[in-house]
Amino acid sequence: MGEVLSTFVRSIFVDNMIFAYYLGMCSYLAVSKNVKTALGLGIAVTFILVCTLPINYMLENYVLKEGALQWLGAQFAEVNLSFLSLLIFIAIIASFTQLVEMVVEKFAPALYASLGIFLPLIAVNCAILGGSLFMQQKAFANVGIATTYGLGSGIGWLLAIVGMAAIREKLAYSDIPKPLKGLGIAFIITGLMGIGFMCFSGLKI
Amino acid sequence: MGLLSNKNKEVLAGPLSKNNPVIVQMLGICSALAVTSKLEPSIVMGLSVTAVVAFANVIISLLRNTIPNRIRIIVQLVVVAALVTIVSEVLKAFAYDVNKQLSVFVGLIITNCILMGRLEAFALGNGPWESFLDGIGNGLGYGIILVIVGFFRELFGSGTLLGFQVIPQSFYEIGYVNNGLMILPPMALIVVAVIIWVHRSRNKDLQEEN
Repeated sequence: MGEVLSTFVRSIFVDNMIFAYYLGMCSYLAVSKNVKTALGLGIAVTFILVCTLPINYMLENYVLKEGALQWLGAQFAEVNLSFLSLLIFIAIIASFTQLVEMVVEKFAPALYASLGIFLPLIAVNCAILGGSLFMQQKAFANVGIATTYGLGSGIGWLLAIVGMAAIREKLAYSDIPKPLKGLGIAFIITGLMGIGFMCFSGLKI
Repeated sequence: MGLLSNKNKEVLAGPLSKNNPVIVQMLGICSALAVTSKLEPSIVMGLSVTAVVAFANVIISLLRNTIPNRIRIIVQLVVVAALVTIVSEVLKAFAYDVNKQLSVFVGLIITNCILMGRLEAFALGNGPWESFLDGIGNGLGYGIILVIVGFFRELFGSGTLLGFQVIPQSFYEIGYVNNGLMILPPMALIVVAVIIWVHRSRNKDLQEEN
């Protein structure tokens, strides 16, 4: 239980997808202009992370990893399919994104319209594939911890994008040097928020 | 039409500055920041992305009339994922140390927005040769930013370039200290912001209204 909690807290604050690894920056910068849309996208990303991480974890451990196919019989013990992992992970992610897109279109048409192109682009959101690749690298002990990691990373991403959107809404009233307006200042704010998040880096539970 | 007509030159050179994928089109920012704490991984990453964009552009451009519109994203992902798998295996074989430093970011080339952006915006509507040039141009435009950021971060952060000490020992003796903050992730963002600042004060038409 302790490990689950520590993974959860670490993935939100210490290994924050945006501030520590800059994953998902493209949609983060483009959609963080108002809080409501940012919240919608954040929830969609969290949902997809929570759904795809356990599936990819199972695939990694029972199909792709070296010796993972042992349950089929002794002659499969030496099969190593890990070179296929990129293809398989992205296929799972793309199909889940399609699913979420259809659900959002049906039940929240207003959100669907405001997210626009960024909803299908969640499939190529680095945070999601990044989640799966970090899962592969960190070799979590069981599927529960992997799911927790997905949930935590999603919430961390959500926190970052909502915070950013709130700051940018206020920023409309401030006097910024012309060449820095828009993209430039967004980068600097993210950098400062990142420095802020660094104070969590010694966190241990 | 020659191999390097004026239009093609524009396609190749545009992304290097005026239409740079990272600082103007806002594509591929994720990996641009994460791998740049040293110069060497920045260069390797720039080259890998250039190779993948160029060849993915050619393949998609050749297939553009046969891909059904509804499933084009999946087809693009498969092509890109296959190319990235090749790059990743090549790096593992010939540049293992750099591959270790790049860790998951080689795999993340798949989700690099430059790829999707260029495939959607250019390769689906142009012939293979133009697409190839567009891929090379955008890859290099991306690489340039990476190299600039990597150069400053390594120079000020550890006093070295490509692993060689460039700031002389006498500087340290009179009290010069490496700026450890440059190695940390947030500084990459600020370095890129400064590049944007310089670039946009030279190209006034790129400035945003708010």
